[in-house]
Amino acid sequence: MDRTLSAGYLGRRFVLYAVLVAFAAFFLIPLAVVVINSFRTLEEITQTSVLGIPRAMRWDNWVQAWGSYCLAGSCTGIRPYMWNSVALVVPATIISTLFGAMNGYLLSLWRFKGSNFVFGVVTFGVFLPAQMKLVPWAITLRELSLSNGLSGLILIHVVQGMCFTTLFCRNYYVNVPADLIKAAKVDGADFLQIFCRIVLPLSPPILIVTVIWQFTNIWNEFLYAITFSEGSHRPVTAALMAFSANIAQAREYGIESAAVLLAALPTLLVYLFGGKYFLRGLTAGAVK
Amino acid sequence: MSALSVHDLRVNFGSVDVLKGIDMSIESGEFVVLVGPSGCGKSTLLNVIAGLEGSSAGRIEIAERDVTRIAPKDRDIAMVFQSYALYPAMTVRGNITFGMECRGVPKAERLAAVERVAKLLQIGPLLDRRPSQLSGGQRQRVAMGRALVRDPILFLFDEPLSNLDAKLRVEMRMEIKRLHHRLGTTMVYVTHDQIEAMTLATRIAVMNKGVIQQFADPQTIYDTPANLFVARFMGSPPMNTIPVRIDTENGAAVAVVSDGEGTQRLRLDLSAAVAASWVGRDALLGVRPECISLLENEVGSPDKINLLAAEVQMIEPTGAETLALIRVSGTDVMAKMSANARPAVGSRPTFAVDMSKACLFDPQTELRIS
Repeated sequence: MDRTLSAGYLGRRFVLYAVLVAFAAFFLIPLAVVVINSFRTLEEITQTSVLGIPRAMRWDNWVQAWGSYCLAGSCTGIRPYMWNSVALVVPATIISTLFGAMNGYLLSLWRFKGSNFVFGVVTFGVFLPAQMKLVPWAITLRELSLSNGLSGLILIHVVQGMCFTTLFCRNYYVNVPADLIKAAKVDGADFLQIFCRIVLPLSPPILIVTVIWQFTNIWNEFLYAITFSEGSHRPVTAALMAFSANIAQAREYGIESAAVLLAALPTLLVYLFGGKYFLRGLTAGAVK
Repeated sequence: MSALSVHDLRVNFGSVDVLKGIDMSIESGEFVVLVGPSGCGKSTLLNVIAGLEGSSAGRIEIAERDVTRIAPKDRDIAMVFQSYALYPAMTVRGNITFGMECRGVPKAERLAAVERVAKLLQIGPLLDRRPSQLSGGQRQRVAMGRALVRDPILFLFDEPLSNLDAKLRVEMRMEIKRLHHRLGTTMVYVTHDQIEAMTLATRIAVMNKGVIQQFADPQTIYDTPANLFVARFMGSPPMNTIPVRIDTENGAAVAVVSDGEGTQRLRLDLSAAVAASWVGRDALLGVRPECISLLENEVGSPDKINLLAAEVQMIEPTGAETLALIRVSGTDVMAKMSANARPAVGSRPTFAVDMSKACLFDPQTELRIS
C-alpha cells in the first residue's frame, strides 16, 4: 500500500509537525532572546528592542561577562563565582550520592525492624518546601559557625539531597536479588565488602541518575545560595542577582545575557552528555 | 560423626509459626533431601541452618559445634541457590575466588583451588566469562563450583535445579549424585520435586506446615508412608487412598470396598491385634498405582493378588506405560497398566491388586495403621 504518498497522510503529518514546531519555538523564545542579545551592544539593544538580529557577531559581551565586568564592587566578571559553584556542587553531589547509595543499600538489602518507617521519614524530606526549612537551617548554620560560606551550603545540599538520592538508590537496590546478598554472606563478605564488591558494580545506571539530578539541582539552586552566602563566596546563581541589583548604571543587557548563558552552560552540558543515561537509569529495573 | 543436628528448632514471623519444633540429626556423608509443598518451611529451615535467617528457639550444631548464634561465614558451610546468585560484575573466576578473598586465603592457594574445581566441573574454558555470558546449565555449574571450592563440612542446596529445563535438570541431577559419591560430603538439599528427592537422597525429610512428617530413607518413605500427607505427596502419580471398611473373612482381615455395583473384598496383611481393634471401622486403604493393573498381567506373589472390578473413566498412555483413572468406592484411583493396555472408557474390567505393599490409614489421625 502506498501509504506514505497519500494526500491525507501527508496532510496529517504536516499539521502534526506544524504544531510541534510551534510549541518548540514557544519554549525556545526566551533562550533565543538571550542568545541573540549576548552578541549585541547596549546601544544596538536600546536603539531597537530586545528582539532583533545582531548586526555582527561580537564576543566582547562574553569576554566581559566572564572576566572583567564589575559586579558588587569587584571587576572580575562571573568567573570566580563559577568556580565557587564548582567548589560547592562537586563535593555536595559526590557526598550526597555516596550517602544515598549507602542508605539505599541499607534500607533495601539489610532490612531491619522499622526500616520502612525510616525510609518513609527520609523520603518525607522530598516533599518539604525549601522556604519552610530556611529558618531551621539559619539556626543550624549559625550554631555550627558555617553561615556565609560554601561549607554551610555544602552541608545543606548534602542533607537535603540525601532524601532524593536515598529514594532513587533504595528503589533501585530493591530489585537486587536477595540471594546475591545471602551468597555473599555465606562467602564471608561483610557489610562494606558486599557494598563495594557486589552492589556498587551494579549501580552505575542509578548513580548516573543521582549525580545528574544532584548536579543540576545544586547548581541551579538559588534560595539557599542567596540567603547563606555573601560577597566573594557566592555561587554563580546568587552572583547573577547582582546584575539586576545594579541600579547605579544602565542595564547591560548584552553582558547579562552572556553571563546567564555561561552560568547555565554546565547543566546544559551535563544534560547533553548524560541525558540518555538519565532516562535509561530512571527506567532501569522497571522492565524485567 | 554427626554433621548436622537440629534440636527443637522454632521460627515464627509475628504470629505465624513457620517451623514448629524441628528435630533432625544427619550423619557425615549423608545426602538429606527436604521435600514438601511450597510454604511448608523447607527453605526457611535451610536458611536457618545456613544462618541467613534467625530462629525463635532451638539449637543447631554443625560437626558437633553449637552454631546457633554464629554468622553464616563461620559455620563452615557452602550454599547453592535456586537463582544461582552469581555476582554479575565478576568473572567466573572472581565468583569462585570471592569467598577465599574475603577469608584472606593467599593468592597462589586461590588459583590452585580454582584450577581444581574447574577441572572437576569442566568449566575451565568459562573462567574468564561473566555470568551474563553463560547458559543456565553453565551458571548452575559455576554456582556449584563456588560452593565446592570452599570444601565445607556441609553443603546446602536450595532448589538448585528448579530454573533449568527438564532435560538439563535430569543431567544435573545425575551430576550432583555423582559428585556426592565422589566427594562423600554431607549435603542438605531442598526441593519441591519428589522425583529429585527419591533419586538423590540417602534420607528424605518430608515436611508440611512447619513439621517434619517423616524422616527416613526413600524406599521406606515410598513403601510405608507415616501418614496420609506423605502417602499423597510422594510418588508420581501419588498413592491412591480408598475409603474402606475393615472386616474379617475366614479369620483374616479384609478391606471392604463398596460402590453402586455392590461390595468387593481385598485381603489385608494385618496383625491379629490390630485387625481385632479395627473390625467394623472405616479406614483409608493406600495402594500405589503400580500395584493395580489389568488382570491379564501377573503382579507380585499369586496368593497376595486380589481382584477388583472398577469402571474406567479415562486412560493416559505415556508410552512406557498406560495410566487408567478408575472409580473405586466413590474415589478416583490411578492404575498403572502395561504400555499396550487399552481398556475402553466406561467399561468395567477386572483389575489385579497387589496387596503386599498396601497401607492402611486412620481417617481421623491420618496416621498409618501398623
